[in-house]
Amino acid sequence: MSDTKVAIKDLYKIFGSNPSSMIDKVKDGISKSDLLEKFGHVLGLDNVNIEVKKSQLQVIMGLSGSGKSTLIRHINRLIEPTSGSIVVDGEDILSMNQTELRNFRRSKASMVFQKFGLLPHRKIVENVSYGLTIQGINKKEAYERSNQWIESVGLNGFENHYPAQLSGGMQQRVGLARALATDADILLMDEAFSALDPLIRSDMQDVLLSLQEKLHKTIIFITHDLDEALKLGDNIAILRDGAVIQSGTAEDIILHPADDYVTDFIKDINKARVLKVSSVMNNENSIKGPEIQDNVIIEDALQTVSKSGSNGAIVIKDGKKIGTVSLTDMIMAIARSTKNTDSDTVYR
Amino acid sequence: MAHFFIREKKLSFFVEFPKMGRADLRDFKKGIDESFKDFTREYGEAIEHFFDPLLYFLVWLEKLFLNTPWPIIMVAIAVLVYFGSRSLKLTIGAVLAFLVIGYLDMWEDTMATLAIISVATIVCISVGIPIGILMARSNRAQTLITPILDVMQTIPSFVYLIPVVMLLGIGKVPGLLAVCIYAIPPIVRLTNLGIRLVDKDVMEASEAFGASYSQKLLGVQIPLALPNIFAGVNQTIMMALSMVVIASMIGVKGLGVPVLRAISNQYLALGVMNGLAIVVLAILFDRVSQKFGKRLQAHTESMK
Repeated sequence: MSDTKVAIKDLYKIFGSNPSSMIDKVKDGISKSDLLEKFGHVLGLDNVNIEVKKSQLQVIMGLSGSGKSTLIRHINRLIEPTSGSIVVDGEDILSMNQTELRNFRRSKASMVFQKFGLLPHRKIVENVSYGLTIQGINKKEAYERSNQWIESVGLNGFENHYPAQLSGGMQQRVGLARALATDADILLMDEAFSALDPLIRSDMQDVLLSLQEKLHKTIIFITHDLDEALKLGDNIAILRDGAVIQSGTAEDIILHPADDYVTDFIKDINKARVLKVSSVMNNENSIKGPEIQDNVIIEDALQTVSKSGSNGAIVIKDGKKIGTVSLTDMIMAIARSTKNTDSDTVYR
Repeated sequence: MAHFFIREKKLSFFVEFPKMGRADLRDFKKGIDESFKDFTREYGEAIEHFFDPLLYFLVWLEKLFLNTPWPIIMVAIAVLVYFGSRSLKLTIGAVLAFLVIGYLDMWEDTMATLAIISVATIVCISVGIPIGILMARSNRAQTLITPILDVMQTIPSFVYLIPVVMLLGIGKVPGLLAVCIYAIPPIVRLTNLGIRLVDKDVMEASEAFGASYSQKLLGVQIPLALPNIFAGVNQTIMMALSMVVIASMIGVKGLGVPVLRAISNQYLALGVMNGLAIVVLAILFDRVSQKFGKRLQAHTESMK
């Protein structure tokens, strides 16, 4: 497939003194706890297969210890896999030598970190231009290019401050600008917004989405926050104990959770804000009401419908009617599922 | 029962420590001494020549300090102290201290001490920092070098004076070497520590942007380790100063010589005066280098 940007195939990562000797046992299906108890090795990633399409925002979601930070570090080989392959733009990352890998990191994939990872002894403009100066671009040009990015993340005026003089949210804007400044097509974001407080986090999510509208980068975004995943992700992969247990769009995951774990995960989610009217649409001619675009979320549709006082709405796409939604269907779709809320289940 | 055995001399090793025979021990020591003497005869001259550049530099610096008219030196000291510390108070204090030192007829010895301390510090920094970097880079190097540093810091200085004097005789170079052996461990240790303490997240970020080894070292590790490295330089200078008296025993000129004379002749005033001059130098070096080190960390302060 030509539009696949990053292809992760059969990826295994085992931590321990002799990981390669354990690989067959893992492939035969030994459990994570058995591997740790009997052989003293930790299973980091368990047969991960993910294909990220060009210009998409791929979210990888999981709780702490699920292996998501390990996974993202494989893409620029900050961590070496035990077995498997990672292909970016048709090129195998794992066969690269040191120089090729360095060039890949400099120009192809840049990274944003949970704890920012800014250089405390350098000014903001020097931090943003870090990737460029590493490439050997002269200071003047690097600063000029960096200043554009500083402006686009809304930090103009702070060029000559030091990171310690900025708030957390502002520091992460610097981190984002630094990653964007190298013009890499792939942006790796490791829990980039997790250290920020909720208001600033949502602010940064908006900054990212509006930048992405213009830039069309391929973004791989790690998070433990399902709300964040649903808001940002074109596609979401859920990771548990190092294995991908479900992969799909936000709607897919909410409407068809793969197993009890995912069901439990999504039970507290505000579905009205994720599901679009098209997902509960059917075709009953008896329903009359206002016209609503098919990609409107149910939360907004419910408001429109209840204001009009009708029992549903007509769904249109490209100006043509493609179906109807009833008020009841919409309410049923966003109701909390009563299935499996077994409080005894403990997830690590 | 116990009495019986001891009286029988069967268990004599139980009450008396089993020793090497007297003759064996003498031969053992003699063997070591002889082989070291042979080594000295064989390589002493070559090693002496190896250190020649250092000797020339030290002699040149000493002459420079001594032959330059004192007002010029005074101005130079004032300028250096001011630009190091940016403190007028410290600058005035330094000038006053040197005026008193000169007035009490210790100028020449002070200049000689200043010369050897400067050279020792330069040698320690240029050898110590690379060793520290090596230790930070490899755990094996660290486990290998740490015990050597321990020995260098704890062994009584008189003990390593013996082989140094046997090898190089009495003079400036062996004195300098003795000072360096004692003064180099802090800079090595603190360089190693400083680099190892650099934030892992910052290092990972640098790695993720494709920095090469030297870009990581010069752009991230050294700058962020600088406060620690600077503390090491400070400690090295202090330890070098404390070796001044011992170094004067093997022919290094400076403030140590009158102190030594004062000890053997019980001259109280002479000893105290020269001792205090060493203290003044130490305090000046310490304050100036600490203030300078603090200024290097301007970035850690948040906006006021």
